[in-house]
Parts: sequence; C-alpha cells; structure tokens
Amino acid sequence: MPGSTQGSDLTDELLLPTVSPRRMAFNRFVGHRAAVASVFVLGTMVLFVALSPLTARYGVNEAVQAPPNYFLSPRANAWLGTDDIGRDLYSRLIYGVRVSLIIGFFSAIISVVIGCVVGAVAGFRGGRFDDITMRVTDLFLAFPFLVTLLVMRNMLGAIDWLRPVMGDISSVRFIILLFAIFGWMGVARIVRGQVLALKEREFIEAARAVGATRWYIVRRHLLPNSVGPIMVALTFSVVSAIIGEATLAFFGYGPQAGAGATSLGILVGQAKGAVNTGFWWLALFPCLVLVTIALSINFIGDALRDATDPRMQKDA
Amino acid sequence: MLRFIVRRLAWSIPTLFFVTFLVYIALRIGTDPVESYKRINPRVTPAKIQQYIEVNGLDPNYVRGYFQWLVNFVTLDWPRSIKGSREVWPQLKDALANTLRLGAAASTVGISVGLLLGIFAALRPGGRRDVTVNTAAFVGISIPPYVSAILLQLLFAVYWSRWFGSTLFPTSGVYPPGHTGFNLVLMLKHMVLPTSVVAIQIIAVYARYMRSSLLDVLSSEYMRTARSKGISERRVLFKHGLRNALIPVVTIAALDVGAIVGGLIITENIFSYPGMGKYFLSAFGEGDFPLLMPWMVLIVASVLVFNLLADVSYAWLDPRIRLD
Repeated sequence: MPGSTQGSDLTDELLLPTVSPRRMAFNRFVGHRAAVASVFVLGTMVLFVALSPLTARYGVNEAVQAPPNYFLSPRANAWLGTDDIGRDLYSRLIYGVRVSLIIGFFSAIISVVIGCVVGAVAGFRGGRFDDITMRVTDLFLAFPFLVTLLVMRNMLGAIDWLRPVMGDISSVRFIILLFAIFGWMGVARIVRGQVLALKEREFIEAARAVGATRWYIVRRHLLPNSVGPIMVALTFSVVSAIIGEATLAFFGYGPQAGAGATSLGILVGQAKGAVNTGFWWLALFPCLVLVTIALSINFIGDALRDATDPRMQKDA
Repeated sequence: MLRFIVRRLAWSIPTLFFVTFLVYIALRIGTDPVESYKRINPRVTPAKIQQYIEVNGLDPNYVRGYFQWLVNFVTLDWPRSIKGSREVWPQLKDALANTLRLGAAASTVGISVGLLLGIFAALRPGGRRDVTVNTAAFVGISIPPYVSAILLQLLFAVYWSRWFGSTLFPTSGVYPPGHTGFNLVLMLKHMVLPTSVVAIQIIAVYARYMRSSLLDVLSSEYMRTARSKGISERRVLFKHGLRNALIPVVTIAALDVGAIVGGLIITENIFSYPGMGKYFLSAFGEGDFPLLMPWMVLIVASVLVFNLLADVSYAWLDPRIRLD
C-alpha cells in the first residue's frame, strides 16, 4: 500500500502522509485483482470497438468470399467462422458489441440520473411521495423482468404521441429509453436507502442549522456522500441493459439496428438456430463475448462496492 | 400476528385489482386484441367481432371494458383463445403443472446447493474455497439463462452423441414426440437440462446471500457470548449461527419468485418445455388477449402472495420485528 514506509520509529509513523478517502477507495479497488483484470478486458474491448475501421476485417454485411461462403468454420479468412449468408462473425461481433455498449452506457446514465433525483427526493422528504414511489418500485421489481419488459415495450411502441421521443419500436433509441424507464427504479431504491441513512447524521443537521436549503443539502451533502452506491448502481444498470437487450433480441423483440449495424443480442439470437446443426462457433463466440462483458462489469461493480463501503475502512 | 396477516390480505385485494387493471390497459394498447382477432380470422363478420368484444371486455372505454372483463373472469365465463378458439383453462392448467414441476425441482436443487455452498464459503472467509465459491457464484450470476441453455443444448443435442454415440439427456419437450401416458424416468430425463439451467442461477444467488448473511452473524456479539458459555463449536454454529443467518435468506427467497419465473420463461422457451413461459411467449407473440389475461392474473397474484409470505416469515422468524 502506498504511503506505508518501512520506518519502525514512532515519529516516522506519525509523519505518514494522510490518505484521502478517495485515495483509500482507489487503493482498495486496485487491490481487487479480478476487477483490475476486468478493467483491462473491458478497456481492450472498447478499444477494439472504437477502432473498428482498423480492427474489423469486413463490413457488417460483407461476405468473406464468393459463395459457397455460408457456415464456414473458423479459418484464415474468417477467424471466427461465418454465418448463414457468409458474413464474418469476428467483424460482426465488433459491430455488435458497439451497439450493445452504447445501449448499456446510455440507458444506465439516464436511469442513474432519474433514479438519483427520485431516490433523493423520496428519501429526504419521506411522506406520501416516498410511499407511492417505493410501492410502485417494489411492485415493478417483483415482477418477472422479461414479462414487464415485453408488455411495456409493446405498449410504449403503440402509443403514437410518444413516437417523436421514443423513436421507432425497433430502433436503438427506443431500447435505450425503454431500459432507462425500467432502470431508474433499482437506482432510486439504493439512493433512497443511502439518503435515509445519511439524513439523520450530524453534518446534515449542522447544514440545516446554518440555514442550508433542502436542495442545497441534497446537492452538496447527500449525493456526494452517496457516490459509492451510485457508481455501483451504475455498473449494474449497464449490465442489466446489455443483458436485457440481448434477451429481447434473442426472442425477436430487440432492436433492428438497421442495415449498417448489428447487436450482440441479434448475434446471440442467431445461435439458437445454429445449435441443432452443430455450427458451434455461431453459438459459442457471441455467448462468450456476452458473458465476458457481463462478468467484467459485475466484477468492477463488486470492487467498487467494496472500495467505497465505509464499513470496510478499518482494514484499509 | 393474525391481525397483521388479515390486514395485509385485505390490502392485497385492491392491489390485485389495480395491477390487473394496469396490465389490462397495457395489453390492450400494446397488443391490440381486436386487431389480432381480425388478423387471425380475416373473413369474420362484424357481428362476430362485436360478440368477441363483449365476451372479452374490450369496450372502447377502458374502465367499462375492464369491469366487463372482470365480471366474466370472476364468474369463470372465460372467452376462448383467438388462435384455434380453444378453452383457456385446460391449457393454462397444463402449463402451470409443468412449470410448477420444473420450478420446484430447480428451486429445491438450487436453494439447497446454494445454501450449502454459501455456508461452506463463509466458514473460512478469505480462504481458497471461499474465493472459489465466490468467483463461481459471480460467474453464475453473470451468465444469462439463455446462454447456459444454448451451450448445454449444443453439448447434449449435438456433440454428446457425436462423441459418445448415444444421447444422454434429451433437449426438448417433456416427453419424446408421440409419447403418451406417464413415464417418470423419461420425464425426469427431459427435466435434467432445463432444471440445471434455472438451478445455476438460483445456486449462484443463494450462495452469495447465505455467505454474506452468515458472515454478518458470525461476527456478531451473541456468537462470542455463545462461545464463551463453553458450548461446542458445532452447537454454536448450528443453534446460533445458521438459524439467525437463515432469517434474511428466507425473506429474500420469497421475494425472489419473480426472478425465478423470469428464468423459467427463458429456459422453457429454449427447451420447448410446455410450461407457463412458453405459453406466455406464444400468446404474447399472437396478441392472444383471452390467453394472456388469466396468465397475468395468476402471475400478479403469486407475486403478491409471495410478498406477503416474505413479510410474515420475517416477522415470524425474527421476534425482534414487531408487526402492527
């Protein structure tokens, strides 16, 4: 751990540089080996996706060679094999991960913003608003996720006046907003719990005593002190949006990402048809990529939770 | 206690109405039942459509329509399905029985293995087996059910017979096509793969719950007191440790039913297992309103019942909690 010198002298120990809480959290995060590896893996993936003009070997809908080119097993001109119309799976995975990451990050950010506001207000004000939001949240979260998602998807897609906002039912924007509409509830519950725990603390009372407004307290004291749980909620929102998109696409309700793109869900969905014929690469590689992404983000979230949990501070 | 249960039950009835009303509206907007009726029966007469609207409670006014539907539903005057015009209850009943069987098997295996693994991990926190269990559980919760289902199918439907010359576990249905009558061995064989897919999720979740709950308990003061009384370590662990650690786990188990149903829907669909999940997805795909509504009522009711069970069990197991 940085800062711990070898001095056995008492004065040496007293002169230890003080470690800020943020630094301490960072040190704990770095101590979590799986999380560091996950950051590396995810970083590599993001790099591959960002540099897709260089890393992808073919276009999204480009065939690797003249027919017969369908269902080729992995080989030199198609590292991960080809699909039913001869497209390179490796290149398509890169394009698919791009769409999935976009869906994951944007919907998570929107849901975290909404969740923070609603959770903070509910926790801070209490009363009827709190009762109603938390009832609704509990009810929604208790339902089978897929059922709620499908029913809401069709409903929102059928309402005409929502179309300018939500976009077409098969667009990526629609999926992002759909997950945002769901995602905020889990975040709100976490933030509310944190605010409830914090609001009776002395420093909040002190702020109130010197005449700080509610909004000021929420903004300057409650939310900054909830950064840890919020970050954790963010990572889990990303995972659930990515997996959710894949689930929807798997059952044919996902985004039709247009002629120029594909998504991880579409690729995993193709796997279903490839199973009985034994085209193992079509099933294995998309699944592997999906699990790797989910696992990495989960590891990072877990390490963030450990790193920012004040109860862990004693052994830092 | 009894008063609490009665009051909660009294509360859940208006909740049930309210939620089914929301579901009713969502389904009407989302699947447009009149349109799906016309789509499946293209040459239907206006009189028939009017009759269909009446028996299904599809009045243009949502509130009136809902009460129409509700009266028909409660008096068990259920309309026939759009597709194939079949009775709904026999289908729903079969699907429910199949799902309950699969769900019960998966929950039993999943919860017991998960709890054991959690205990196993918590007894030596930080040790090698703790790290192994924890990492495995993490991988388990990161694998969506369809991924494990697809990989298992790939292995057993294609490669097992290719490598070993015989199929070990069938990958679809409850019985082979054309089979009639009851055959326990055959049924169990068909259940192995779907059960394991759902159980993997449950094991992972419960191992983590149990581990953290037991770790909390083990570091509590009353464990030290129990040890200082000089009773054996085994007794301390079973009588004081596990019993207290199970309290939050039981509560979560009752709240988790939604997640298990979600896993079942996905799994059933991949393994062509004729349960509630397959029922829902095919009815939803067709926009078959008469099939969907009873299914939804059943799910809403079970979520509410398990929520109630969670509260009651929590209070019953932990005398420190007071209900009033």
